[in-house]
Amino acid sequence: MTSLLTIYGLGVRYDSRDLIRGLSFAVRRGEIVALMGPSGVGKTTILRVVAGLQAFDSGQVIVDGFALGPGPIPAESRLRPLRRRVGLVFQAHALFEHLSALDNVTLALRHVLGQSRPEAELLATKLLAELDVGSRAAAWPRQLSGGEAQRVAIARALALDPPLLLMDEPTAALDAARRTGLGTTLRRLAQQGRGLLLATHDMEFARDYADRAITLASAPPPADAH
Amino acid sequence: MNGAGAAIGCVCGIALGLLTQHDQSRALVWGGDAEGGAPFVEADPADPSTVRGFDVEVAARIAGGLRHGPARFVQVQWSNIDQSVERGDFALGLSGVEDTPVRRTRHAVTLPYFEFREVLAVRTADQDRIRGLRDLRGRRVGTLGATIAYELLLSARDSTGIIPVSYDDDVHPYADLVAGRLDAVLLDHIIAQRALKRNGNEGFVILPAAAAIGHYVGVLAKRDSALRDSIDAVLREAMRDGSLEQIFRRWQVWDDSQGALFERVLRPGAGGGTTAGRDGAVAAAPSRALAYLPSLARAAGVTLLLSFLSMALAVLVGLALASGRLYGPLPLRIFTTGYIELVRGTPLLLQLFVIYYGLAGVVRLPAFLAALVALGLNYAAYEAEIYRGALEAVPRPQLEAGRTLGLSEAQILRLVRAPQALRYAMAPMTNDFVALLKDSSLVSVITVVELTKQTAIYATNVGSWVVPGLLCAIVYLAMSLPLSRLARRLERRWGGRSS
Repeated sequence: MTSLLTIYGLGVRYDSRDLIRGLSFAVRRGEIVALMGPSGVGKTTILRVVAGLQAFDSGQVIVDGFALGPGPIPAESRLRPLRRRVGLVFQAHALFEHLSALDNVTLALRHVLGQSRPEAELLATKLLAELDVGSRAAAWPRQLSGGEAQRVAIARALALDPPLLLMDEPTAALDAARRTGLGTTLRRLAQQGRGLLLATHDMEFARDYADRAITLASAPPPADAH
Repeated sequence: MNGAGAAIGCVCGIALGLLTQHDQSRALVWGGDAEGGAPFVEADPADPSTVRGFDVEVAARIAGGLRHGPARFVQVQWSNIDQSVERGDFALGLSGVEDTPVRRTRHAVTLPYFEFREVLAVRTADQDRIRGLRDLRGRRVGTLGATIAYELLLSARDSTGIIPVSYDDDVHPYADLVAGRLDAVLLDHIIAQRALKRNGNEGFVILPAAAAIGHYVGVLAKRDSALRDSIDAVLREAMRDGSLEQIFRRWQVWDDSQGALFERVLRPGAGGGTTAGRDGAVAAAPSRALAYLPSLARAAGVTLLLSFLSMALAVLVGLALASGRLYGPLPLRIFTTGYIELVRGTPLLLQLFVIYYGLAGVVRLPAFLAALVALGLNYAAYEAEIYRGALEAVPRPQLEAGRTLGLSEAQILRLVRAPQALRYAMAPMTNDFVALLKDSSLVSVITVVELTKQTAIYATNVGSWVVPGLLCAIVYLAMSLPLSRLARRLERRWGGRSS
């Protein structure tokens, strides 16, 4: 199976120190990979680099044939192919506060894919229902519980049907039952042929649901790259 | 250190001077308006810290006659002379103060010492077409607010359909006449003659026929009738001994009608009272208050319309400025920053004058439009800073979430950043709107009669600020309180969306 995400010799300097040096790994379709390690080792930074939100200093990142090189972040117009390949679920979800759950999901469908409102709402409703939050479509983000907000955020990230889904600390705000629900959902997404890269320090969750874990060594002295 | 000490000393000196202004024990303290005030009162070009003019000399003659010590001048805005004299800011108001029935009722008024004619000035090209007020139907005629001439124009509005335009000073009406903003100016003949001289005896002509006759008097506080009687005695003496005539001749305002006036005043049994150009006795206060209600309502309408339109302009320009400052290339960022700092760093009053009078050579904006543009462009600078702050307050992950979804920067601004920023901007925008509502009172300096100006006219005419001031305050509150409530409700509703 070919790699969906390939990272070669990634180097990121932060505060004039090497935060990440010479990191290489790959994520294949249908695979859940957990990035492990204590806080501050650069897990979130790696997700941000792959999502095209952060520049890096050396190496190469290839997402489904789209390559990112070292140096400043390219213009948004050049990153358009990447946006269709990568979905990101932020740790605090970052749902759009001024839009309902449904409109959070339809936003990209309507304004990036150019779908009509009924078309976009049909698809968004389906996505929300698949993630068990169909009944919360009309709710505002702050009316949602942590677990609900996370699932709306997953639905939003999946709206453009990206093959690669990145999640930052997905279990941070979940109780045991919700963690199991999330794990099942992620497995289902992987079975649909997506690759998932999770930044987490939840070893138990990684052991139960990830196919593979990549443990980042603590970079002395620790630096918080968030 | 010495410099700072000197500066502090200077400031203390000025403060002390201002605080002791009320000391009237030795000198005859008199008030007048030296702003554009020749030949009545003007700053002496040779020594601008002193004043000159025929009223200055009349005051000196009165002080001499009273054996009261020297006459000391206090600057006061012309339209506030009555209120100031009643407050006790000075003992005698002299500055082309007109003899009117209202003034006689409210204050102690001296006998008339000068007779003037209300005369029409029209552009030279119009002198064959316009012979009097009758020929000015539907035309704009300017004058000084709260004067006999203004009252004449108001009654002519009802009878002949003239459009009266009120000014705060007697210089700009003639400038606007020459510039074509007015079709005629009605004012005292000596003011008209001075304006014509200032204009190089061209641009307009003064029509020979007088629209009315009026007299200048001195005005004192109601309680000072004893002092008024002494001043009347001095004035009679000055008429008799020729010293008043000499003063008027020196200032080239003497004519035959002054001699006739003196004769009438000095005739045995003649009282101080004379006819004023304005007809009608002083009506009882309540009916006068009622009479002013329609014009107050109209003025409130002007204030509201001006405020809404200016705010709309301010919002549009403010958005453009804020976007330019946040997203524009360097030259645009420098321009928008410069604009914002320039506008916020200079008085709105100055901007009004520049836009209305300063730009008159380039673009001749009608007064209301000039007021709208000045207020709108001024508030745009403040709005821009509110929007910039609000846009910057939108959390970064919200913008990054938009990016990861493939939205362009313009889409992120339109769909994510601006709608969220609007919530942060609502409260300060409302505050600004209420402030604008009140700042719109400044536009009366460029002849727009809005609520405060109408109230001032009303107050001057009835001789008291109590009722007009209360009415005006009530109208402002009636306009601003619902707006504040609406904004709070909007904020609550939007807050509810996200809580």
